[in-house]
Amino acid sequence: MKSSHLLSAADLDRDDALRILDTAEELLSVAQRPIKKLPTLRGRTVVNLFFEDSTRTRISFEAAAKRLSADVINFSAKGSSVSKGESLKDTALTLQAMGADAVVIRHPASGAPHRLATSRWMSGAVVNAGDGMHEHPTQALLDAFTMCRHLGDLEGKSITIVGDVLHSRVARSNALLLHTLGADVTLVAPPTLLPVGVETWPVAHSYDLDANLEKADAVMMLRVQRERMNASYFPSAREYSRRFGLDTARMNRMPEHAIVMHPGPMNRGMEITADVADSPRSVIVEQVTNGVAVRMAVLYLLLGGAADADSPEGNA
Amino acid sequence: MVVSSDTPRPDDVPARTVLDEQDISRALTRITHEILERNRDADGVLLLGIPTRGVHLARRIAARMSEVEGRTITPGSLDVTMYRDDLRLRPARALEHTSIPEDVDGKTVVLIDDVLFSGRTIRAALDALGDLGRPRAVQLAVLVDRGHRELPIRADFVGKNLPTSLAEKVKVRLTETDGEADSVTIVGGAS
Amino acid sequence: MSERERVSTFILRNVRPLGGDAVDIAVTDGVITEIGEGLSGDEIVDGGGHLVLPGLVDLHTHLREPGREDAETVRTGSQAAALGGFTCVHAMANTDPVADTAGVVEQVYRLGVEHGYCDVQPVGAVTVGLAGERLAELGAMATSAAGVRVFSDDGKCVSDAVLMRRALEYVKAFDGVIAQHAQEPRLTEGAQMNEGPLSGELGLTGWPAVAEEAIIARDVLLAEHVGSRLHVCHLSTRGSVEIVRWAKSRGIDVTAEVTPHHLLLTDDLVRSYDPIYKVNPPLRSADDVAAVREGLADGTIDIVATDHAPHPMEDKECEWNVAAFGMLGLETALSVVQQTMVDTGAIGWDRVAEAMSAAPARIGRVSGHGRPLAVGEPANLVVYDPTARRTVEPAASASLSRNTPYAGLELPGRVVATFLRGRPTVLGGTLSPEGVLS
Repeated sequence: MKSSHLLSAADLDRDDALRILDTAEELLSVAQRPIKKLPTLRGRTVVNLFFEDSTRTRISFEAAAKRLSADVINFSAKGSSVSKGESLKDTALTLQAMGADAVVIRHPASGAPHRLATSRWMSGAVVNAGDGMHEHPTQALLDAFTMCRHLGDLEGKSITIVGDVLHSRVARSNALLLHTLGADVTLVAPPTLLPVGVETWPVAHSYDLDANLEKADAVMMLRVQRERMNASYFPSAREYSRRFGLDTARMNRMPEHAIVMHPGPMNRGMEITADVADSPRSVIVEQVTNGVAVRMAVLYLLLGGAADADSPEGNA
Repeated sequence: MVVSSDTPRPDDVPARTVLDEQDISRALTRITHEILERNRDADGVLLLGIPTRGVHLARRIAARMSEVEGRTITPGSLDVTMYRDDLRLRPARALEHTSIPEDVDGKTVVLIDDVLFSGRTIRAALDALGDLGRPRAVQLAVLVDRGHRELPIRADFVGKNLPTSLAEKVKVRLTETDGEADSVTIVGGAS
Repeated sequence: MSERERVSTFILRNVRPLGGDAVDIAVTDGVITEIGEGLSGDEIVDGGGHLVLPGLVDLHTHLREPGREDAETVRTGSQAAALGGFTCVHAMANTDPVADTAGVVEQVYRLGVEHGYCDVQPVGAVTVGLAGERLAELGAMATSAAGVRVFSDDGKCVSDAVLMRRALEYVKAFDGVIAQHAQEPRLTEGAQMNEGPLSGELGLTGWPAVAEEAIIARDVLLAEHVGSRLHVCHLSTRGSVEIVRWAKSRGIDVTAEVTPHHLLLTDDLVRSYDPIYKVNPPLRSADDVAAVREGLADGTIDIVATDHAPHPMEDKECEWNVAAFGMLGLETALSVVQQTMVDTGAIGWDRVAEAMSAAPARIGRVSGHGRPLAVGEPANLVVYDPTARRTVEPAASASLSRNTPYAGLELPGRVVATFLRGRPTVLGGTLSPEGVLS
């Protein structure tokens, strides 16, 4: 990758993105081998720095780093004095002193990974594992990877992303990455849950789910928190799921080959009905498997080579 | 394995051809027969080419072997990138494809590469193989052995032994990868 | 005492009032006694042919004392003010304890007198503890030694319409003014940056322009209804300029201020996620910047006020969401105004003197500041070299804090000397030693 960090899906051009996806494709087979481990990152230290609970993302990164033989340190900073502000800097200085080669950071504040990468508090690679309402680039990569496996080249494919786009880092990263990969993305949400300025994004948007099912090659349902209705983003869970939930009737209007995705954790009965989530068209469980391979690819490409781009001769 | 980015500027270095298309073809035919002879037949032999050119050489050898044996022999490919000891000397490289057509356990695996030099690629390949299973034996076939080993590794089947100086580069060209007639040339060094 | 006498009479030689022809200015006992060519006297201060302006008056400064002496004190803040060419600053009320009683405002006032780098005019809180629930003792603060005339809950908006109406009415008794921090609180819950495409992209909660404009619109109508004087703090959007312009055209007694940073910086700096650019109201779009410049040029916006807001390093070296709002401004204000307004040809130095000295003194009802450069007037002066250029170096600031958004930026102009009633607080671009002043 051209950058030494992965902070945003916008950091990836088409070549970068395809290199990660191709590498992940090769690494997927490691999971099927008797020895699910590669020696590549032996002696390198990867820190999972989680300021927010996310067991699934953390174990996915942990499995990825361990399969590459990296030493993994899990640093759960939740509950420490994040609100005091010093903790990110002090934590970074600590990680630097410990010789962290990469920091995988999950943080409730948008831009925290960016801050870590640009502050000179530490020199290791920074991987954004979800920051506030900003981005979650490895989720977008694994989503794209999953789509590619089912749909082939994403150029010209129609992807419909439905739900709380406003608060969703997954939607942001997906919109950017899928656009980079040539897909036609449509964001579907009530107007209250679309970000201001969405018309400047390189994607279409709509308030009508039903109008965006027939053309879709993939429909991605985003998690919608019930608490949002208390802030008047929508009147009730019932009205939301009626207008924006994916049920069997709606799924049946999707093309035969189209897949259903969800970044998890799901709110069954809210944005997706149980029978859709469990249907053969749902690739939700596969997304989890693919997550490990994609994160291995990211860690390998960030940490597997020399720090600088100059390559001495090495004809071995 | 010769990485194309290592190729010096072709204009200012003399190149001399040491194997041409016919030489390479003859060498591969000979290697095929030697493999069969050594292992009595193709049963229990698994050909694994090391990307990029080793894979094509493995396919050519497999084709010859299929002809002799009268049945289709499917070669595989074994990418050793993740096992290399020089990863940190260069930017992270894209991975090549690994395909193992059958279980390696109990097989005689013949690794196939274009050039044997320091032996480090083969060391990486042996490690990679070990993570895939436990072959009965591992043999090595190379088109060119140019010497200068840095590890205790030798080839079982050699197309041509090519004494070289360290200042020289050995270039292998194959139609499949390079879009030109097969050749092995030596570039640079004393001129 | 002999030293005091020696500096009490001097000739400021070769300076150009408001950028006009070079003259000499004679100062005796803190008062301008003569203006002309070839004046002579015992003590000569060479003005180097530089510009001379009336000492600047800041209507919006956070000095942090009492309560946050780790960020700034009256002493360091007034030193920074002197270096920026100010002879009077209004110290905002959001200290700890809040300046909502005569006791606190008198304490701040006396600290200013004690240090002597500039006059410190305390601003009183509108509501007790800035809580927005009941009026503070505005009258007591007005009649205290501090003589408070400007009342503001700055940092918070007096959002309750009834409370705002009462405050506007009540301060009429002593010719006070309510300086409103216009920010509709419900529309800005958790707000982090200007609401627009960029806030959506960066995933930061938006601070929409309408939250400022709605309050300004309401307040000008309230001011009209009760016939009171209203001052709008740090106006930042095109819509706000238009509302104030409309209000003035109706004859409503409203004045407005803009900060130097809203004249220069735009919200795309937030892309860095560096909280050095986090300020309230937030940096706005380029179009808003153009609008506030126009507003300042045509007089819709009366004054430039710094909103100098010092914060300790740890409140800025952190994640954007938890960082403090605010930027330093005193030492760079005149340079930023020169770059954005004078060097662009939008206004002349006479208008700078009006917007940074005369008008803020008028709004704050401070006597002895913002006076014309004329015989008989107090010698509150700033000598300024607009041809100089300097690179902003945070460590060189007199402020205790380092949160300047201009670090490393080259800005035009340099304050050469500042005189407070004839006493040099800054000479040769450096602060005068403390003993000279007290």
